[in-house]
Amino acid sequence: MLETIWFALWGVLWAVYFMLDGFDLGLGTLRPFLARNQDESRVVLNAMGPFWDGNEVWLLTAGGVTFAAFPGTYAVMFSSLYTPLMLLLFALILRGISFEFRGKEDAAWWRKTWDACMWIGSFLPALLLGVAFANIFAGIPIDGEGVFHGNLFTLLNPYGLLGGVLFVLLFTVHGALWLAIKSEGQLRDRAGAAAKILWGPLLIIAVTFLAMTRYTTRLWQNVLAKPVLLVLPLLAVAGLVLTRVFAGKGSWWKAWFASSATIVGATLFGVAGLYPALLPSSLAPAFSKTAFNSASTPLTLKIMLGVALVMVPVVIVYQAWVYRRFSDPVTAEELAGDHAY
Amino acid sequence: MNVLTLSRLQFAVATYFHFLFVPLTLGLSIVVAILETMYVRSGDVDYKRAAQFWGKLFLINFAIGIVTGITLEFQFGTNWSRYSAFVGDIFGALLAIEATVAFFLESTFVAVWFFGWNKLSPKAHAVTIWLVAIASNVSAFWILVANAWMQHPVGFVVRNGRAELTDFFAIITQRFALLEFVHTVGSAYILSGFFVVGISAWHLLRKHEVAFFKKSFRLGIAFALVFSLFEILQGHMNAELLGAAQPTKLAAMESHWETGRAVPLNLIQWPDTANERNSVQTLPVPKLLSLLATYDPNAEVKGLRDFPKQDRPPVLPSFLSFRIMVGLGFVFVALTAWAWFKRDSIEHSPVFLKVLVWSIPLPYIAIQTGWTLAEVGRQPWIVYGLMRTSDAVSPLAVSQVAVSALAFILVYGLLGIADFYLLFKYARKGPAPVAA
Repeated sequence: MLETIWFALWGVLWAVYFMLDGFDLGLGTLRPFLARNQDESRVVLNAMGPFWDGNEVWLLTAGGVTFAAFPGTYAVMFSSLYTPLMLLLFALILRGISFEFRGKEDAAWWRKTWDACMWIGSFLPALLLGVAFANIFAGIPIDGEGVFHGNLFTLLNPYGLLGGVLFVLLFTVHGALWLAIKSEGQLRDRAGAAAKILWGPLLIIAVTFLAMTRYTTRLWQNVLAKPVLLVLPLLAVAGLVLTRVFAGKGSWWKAWFASSATIVGATLFGVAGLYPALLPSSLAPAFSKTAFNSASTPLTLKIMLGVALVMVPVVIVYQAWVYRRFSDPVTAEELAGDHAY
Repeated sequence: MNVLTLSRLQFAVATYFHFLFVPLTLGLSIVVAILETMYVRSGDVDYKRAAQFWGKLFLINFAIGIVTGITLEFQFGTNWSRYSAFVGDIFGALLAIEATVAFFLESTFVAVWFFGWNKLSPKAHAVTIWLVAIASNVSAFWILVANAWMQHPVGFVVRNGRAELTDFFAIITQRFALLEFVHTVGSAYILSGFFVVGISAWHLLRKHEVAFFKKSFRLGIAFALVFSLFEILQGHMNAELLGAAQPTKLAAMESHWETGRAVPLNLIQWPDTANERNSVQTLPVPKLLSLLATYDPNAEVKGLRDFPKQDRPPVLPSFLSFRIMVGLGFVFVALTAWAWFKRDSIEHSPVFLKVLVWSIPLPYIAIQTGWTLAEVGRQPWIVYGLMRTSDAVSPLAVSQVAVSALAFILVYGLLGIADFYLLFKYARKGPAPVAA
């Protein structure tokens, strides 16, 4: 029971991370295409400014919970995905530093360097997270000792790559909608248009991915075995449709929430379909790392659950407060002041 | 080089680098919070300018500390998977708690502080920097509890091929953890004090914003003096603790080979590891080592020769890092006491001001050597007495770790250069002019 609760929480942490940092990663990817001058470029940065750091901690927590609740999975998953994880970490380092350093020096080469770093630091994590999760859904070649029999190219299979493209599209639509909320005038128009344009390819890739999921993974069988779980893929599909509907009306907040529902629904569908495995082995089902064969002791799971039940709601409350407080569009006045990126 | 050596190299690079930035975060956040509180209470705009000036340096420093912390947490899984599987039940939980109770708070409110100057009331704004300061210090507590468990594991039983938790309270309240925590934050406050004092001294030398920087100087020197004194007295408790908890580390850091009673402490000595003795050994202070290690001048202190060779840490690095750390600790007391007595007329002592500017790196060196002692002195164990470092590493290919280790050195090197460049630039620039 404790293992199942933690398995669900593990999925929720990833879903929240994708929902929150997803718009940062998407916006960082889109910025060179949306911003036509310095001021617009800075509006994009400051649209993420008060949030990205707090958003990234959800990743750290998802990683930390994997370590704490399922150390057996943490050990095998993180060492098996060594190269993509290292790339992800370096990319996120570059992204974080770019925010802080970019405006601290006037030279054009300085700014361009950090702009390039931020693009890589946004695009690459979106892609890698998609590739990683698609491979986790499908299973990776790990043996009974938890040794990975493959390399980076093992992961770059068609289904993995499609997962990467799916994440990039999900996050860019999500990011464009966020920018439409946080900007005004031409930039907002361009952001809204980008969300609508990218929605088409997203739909195609999402349908293809779901179809391939049917043949490449066991997610559908597992979810169909417990029909109540069908609400998760339905949430994702409804979110996707509503994203386009609300974007068409220019209701950016509603469209962003619909897009959030897509991301959360899709992630939870994947995680629910994995249950009880966190990391299936493609070599033999017995080698899979599951919520039961890789969990911590009941004592640790109980203590951690106590901490989570108290602290996670507190985190949600203060982060929601920050989102409310900084929900207005970025103004020229703020950019002119000393307290903006 | 094999996977073990490369992984150790990579982890050393990542932790040394991370901890170049963390101590200043721990202390400077408190300095900024105090300055902003003084502004809110007095309305003196100089304090607001001071909070913003030191706050800018705080943020430049903070950025690197944060992003390099994430790689550390993930490296346990990537490079030390056997360790992770063995200790996850305890060590993983401590890291996860750190993220939930502290890291979220710190990361969320540091942004609110930076972006919120005109969006929050002055009082609410001052609260946000206090939240950042408290959260970063709470964060340090959990991380150091985790490290202390590697140094001195308690509250567990080895079962099912791993260390399983039996007593959570024992882990978070063990003496080793509490002493490690106060010693580490104490050193961070010394470093932050020297940072503020040194930069203020640089401006005072140039007669730039004299009134402004004298205020910062006074706050910085009070910080540095109090914690320099604290650190010496408290540090002694750590030596006594090591005598009981980590006898091999104590013997290595003192380069003490022969078990004996009423052991003297040699002021000058040099270890000769190959021959298991000291090649130089002079100026003994009678019975001092016994006294420091046990509070009893006649007590027995075990020497390195009494431990099997495969259980001994590298002697020279442990010995040297300990001596450098302690030596610098005494230098800090002398410097800060002198500066404290001269604080009212400090701007008239240019030579001393120069000394203070050049003293900024010293606490950095003391802290890095302190961690060298803590971690190298723990070898060959990753968890003292329980798991060897050589048994902890992931089953990886040499090429993978070679490439990533090289990437760490290159990327961190460049980031470090850029960060120190910006710190220099904005430290020299001084505070924003008073608004008209």
